[in-house]
Amino acid sequence: MIPELGQFALIVALICAFIQAVLPLIGSFTRIPNLIAVAKPAAQAQFLALSVAFACLVYAFVTHDFSVAYVAQNSNTALPLIYRVSAVWGAHEGSLLLWALTLGIWTFAVTIFSRQIPSIMLARVLSVMGWISIGFLLFMIITSNPFERLLTVPTQGKDLNPLLQDFGLAIHPPMLYIGYVGFSVAFAFAIAAMWSGRLDAAWARWSRPWTNVAWIFLTLGITLGSWWAYYELGWGGWWFWDPVENASLMPWIVGTALVHSLAVTDKRSSFKAWTALLAIFAFSLSLLGTFLVRSGVLVSVHSFASDPERGLFILVFLVLVVGSSLLLYATRAPLIKSHGHFALFSRETALLLNNVILVVLAISILGGTLFPIITVALELGKYSVGAPYFNFIFVLLGTPLALLLGFGQFTRWKQDNFERIVRPASIQIVISIILGGLTILLMPHFSVYALLGMVLAWWVAISTVYSFLQRFKNKSISLSALGKTPPSYYGTHIAHLGVMIFCIGITITSIYSSKKDVLLKPGDSYQMSEFSYRFEGAKPIVGPNYRGYEGLVIVTKNEKIIAEMKPQKRIYFSQQNPMTEAAIDAGVTRDLFVALGEQRGAEGAWTLRLYYKPFIRWIWFGAVIMALGGMIATFDKRYRRAKKRVAVKATASAAPGAPA
Amino acid sequence: MHPARARRLTLVIVMVVGVFIAGGFAFFAFQDNLMLYFTPTEVAAGKAPTGQRFNVGGMVADGSVVKASDSVEVRFDVTDYEKTITVTFSDILPDLFREGQAVIAKGKLNTDGVFIADEVLAKHDENYMPKEVADMLKGKTKPTTETSKP
Repeated sequence: MIPELGQFALIVALICAFIQAVLPLIGSFTRIPNLIAVAKPAAQAQFLALSVAFACLVYAFVTHDFSVAYVAQNSNTALPLIYRVSAVWGAHEGSLLLWALTLGIWTFAVTIFSRQIPSIMLARVLSVMGWISIGFLLFMIITSNPFERLLTVPTQGKDLNPLLQDFGLAIHPPMLYIGYVGFSVAFAFAIAAMWSGRLDAAWARWSRPWTNVAWIFLTLGITLGSWWAYYELGWGGWWFWDPVENASLMPWIVGTALVHSLAVTDKRSSFKAWTALLAIFAFSLSLLGTFLVRSGVLVSVHSFASDPERGLFILVFLVLVVGSSLLLYATRAPLIKSHGHFALFSRETALLLNNVILVVLAISILGGTLFPIITVALELGKYSVGAPYFNFIFVLLGTPLALLLGFGQFTRWKQDNFERIVRPASIQIVISIILGGLTILLMPHFSVYALLGMVLAWWVAISTVYSFLQRFKNKSISLSALGKTPPSYYGTHIAHLGVMIFCIGITITSIYSSKKDVLLKPGDSYQMSEFSYRFEGAKPIVGPNYRGYEGLVIVTKNEKIIAEMKPQKRIYFSQQNPMTEAAIDAGVTRDLFVALGEQRGAEGAWTLRLYYKPFIRWIWFGAVIMALGGMIATFDKRYRRAKKRVAVKATASAAPGAPA
Repeated sequence: MHPARARRLTLVIVMVVGVFIAGGFAFFAFQDNLMLYFTPTEVAAGKAPTGQRFNVGGMVADGSVVKASDSVEVRFDVTDYEKTITVTFSDILPDLFREGQAVIAKGKLNTDGVFIADEVLAKHDENYMPKEVADMLKGKTKPTTETSKP
C-alpha cells in the first residue's frame, strides 16, 4: 500500500511540475497575473508530493518491505537502521529520487526566500526549474521506478554494498546532490534573466547567495567523498582522478569561477554575458556528471548499474537543456551591455584571468575524462588517460591561479596603478620565497615541486592577511571596526586562507608520503622513515553482519609506542567479497595508516599496506575552511539590504505621491 | 586605436597566448599519459609496445595465481581464452581480485614477455565486468574443464 502511495505521489509531483513549468511560461508571455501567480503554489505542492514519495521509500526500507524490488536489492534484515535509511540513495533509482527531492527542496527554498524578487521574474525562475524537474521525474517514472514491485517476494534482501555501509558515505551523496542541484538555481536565474532581456546587476545579486550555498555543499560533498575514499576504500589515496570524481570536480571548478564572476557582475556590472554563460556551464556540468555516473558509460567504483536506455534518456535530456540554453544565450547575449568599464590593471582583470584559468582547467579535465569514451564511440581504440596527466594540469594551472589570488586581493576595482602595488607585492614575494625555502629545510629531502607549493602557500597566506589589513590602513583595528566589516569581507579572506591550507596539505602529502606493501609474520617489524611497524598477528572476529580478521600492529618511534593499530578484513554474510577496514592513527601533522591484505602460508603471515601520510588532513581541513568562508560571505547583509531597497522602491511606485 | 580598445586587445592577446601555451603543455602531458588497451592475444602477436605503459585486460586464469612466501609479490596469468600473458605484481591485490574473474592490469612488458603491473583493477561487484573485457570476450567461450558425461 505504502509503495503505491509513493508511486502515486511521484505522478502527482510530475503533474505539479508540469503546471509549474507551463502555466507561468504562458503567463509571462501573456502577462496574465493568475498564471504567473500559480508558479509558487505549484512548486510548493511539487515539493510536498516529492517529500511524500521519498518518505514512502524510506518507510519501505525501514520496515524491510522486500516486495519492492529496489529495497530487496539494496537492503537486508541485518542492516542497521542508519544504513537502511542511507540505502535509500545507495543505488540508481533511489539516487534519482533524492536528486528530484533535492531539486524540490531548492525550488521550495526559492519560493520562500525570494519575496524581494518581482513575481514575473520568480515565475520564470520557477518555470525553468519546473522543466528540469519534469525531465528527471519522467526519467525516473519511465526507466527507473524505485517503487517497482516484485511478483514473488523474497524473504531476505541482497544487502547494501558493504562499501556504502559507512557514515561518511551515508551523507556524501546528499551533500553532493544539494551542491549539484543547487547550481540549477543560478542556472534558472540566468535563463530567466536572459529570457526577460534584463541581465542586470540585480539578477546577479539574487543569484549570489544561492550560488554560494550550492558551492558550499558541493565543496563539503567532494571533501567527504575524498575522505571516504581514503579510509573506506582502504587503500589510502585521497583523489584518484576517477571519472566520477572528475564529474563532481568539474562543476565545482566552474562553480568557483561563477562565484567570482557573480561578484564582479553584482558589484561592478561587468562580465554579465560571461556570468550567464558560466551559470549555464556549471549546471550543464552537473547534469553531465549525473549522466556519466548514471548511464554506465564509465567504468568506475560509483557506477553500479548500466543500462543503455537510461544513458540515452539522460543524454537526450542533457542535449536539450544545454542546446536550448545556449540557443537562448546566442540570441540574447548580443543585447547584453556591460556598463562597468575597467582598466587593464584592475581587480576585474585579475578575476577575469582567474575565470579563464578555472575554465581551462575544467575543460582540460573534461577532455581527459571524455577522451576514452569518445575514442571507443568512434572506434579509434581503447585508451585510458593516466592520473599523471591530471596532476600535471592541476599543477600547471593551479600555480598561476594561486599567484593571481594574491594580486587579485590587493588590486583595486576599476583601475589601479602598478606603482602602488609593486613595492608591497615584491616584498611579499621575497618573504614568501624565503619562508618557503625555510619550510623545505624542515622536510626530509628537497623537491622543486615542494618548494613551489610551499612558496605559493606562503604567498597566499601573506597576501591574504595583507589584503585583509588594507581595510584598516588608516584606522586602528578595534572591535567596533571589526564589527563594521561586512561578513563577505571576512568570508573572502577566510576562504582564501582555506586555499593556503589546502595547498600545504596537497604539496606535503603528495611529495613526502611513504608507502610500502610488506609481508610480515607475527613478531616481524618493518621500519619506515622514523616509525617502526611491528605486526603482532591477526585473530578472527565476528561483527553484526560480517565476520573477518583483525590484525594488531604496534607502531613505535625511538622505542616509544605511538599507536596500536587494528586493521580489519571483513567478509559480509550477504556478499562474497572481502572488505578492507584500514586502521588510521590520525594527527595534525601526520596520519599513520595500516591495512590488512591477505593471509599467506601457515605461520600466520599477512600482507600489509603501511602508509605514512604527512599533513593529509590539511587537504580536507582547507576545503572545509573554504566552505566556511563561503558560508560567512552568504550571511552578508548586502543580500538582505537589497530586499529592503527593493521593498522601498515598490512602496514608492505603489504610492506615486509619497515623498521619496 | 582607441585606448580602451587597445587595452581590451592586449588582454585578449595575453589570454589567447596563455591558453595556447597551457594547451600545448596539456597536449604533451596528455600524449605521455595516454595508455592503450591490449588483449593477451594482441600482446602475444607483438602488437603491444615494450618499455611503454599500457593496459592489459582479461580473466585471471584458474589455478594460475602464485603468491610468494617471502614477499608481497604475486604472479598470475591473464587470459582471453586464446592466449595467456603472465603478470607480476608487487603490491597488495584489490579485495575483489579472484581467479576466474575479470581484471585490468596497468604496467609495462619486460624483455621476457612478462607483464610487470604497477596497478591492478578488479571488478567492483558480482555483476560487473570491465567493458573492455566484456567486449573482448564476446564470441569467445570459456573452455570447460569438466569432462562431459557419457
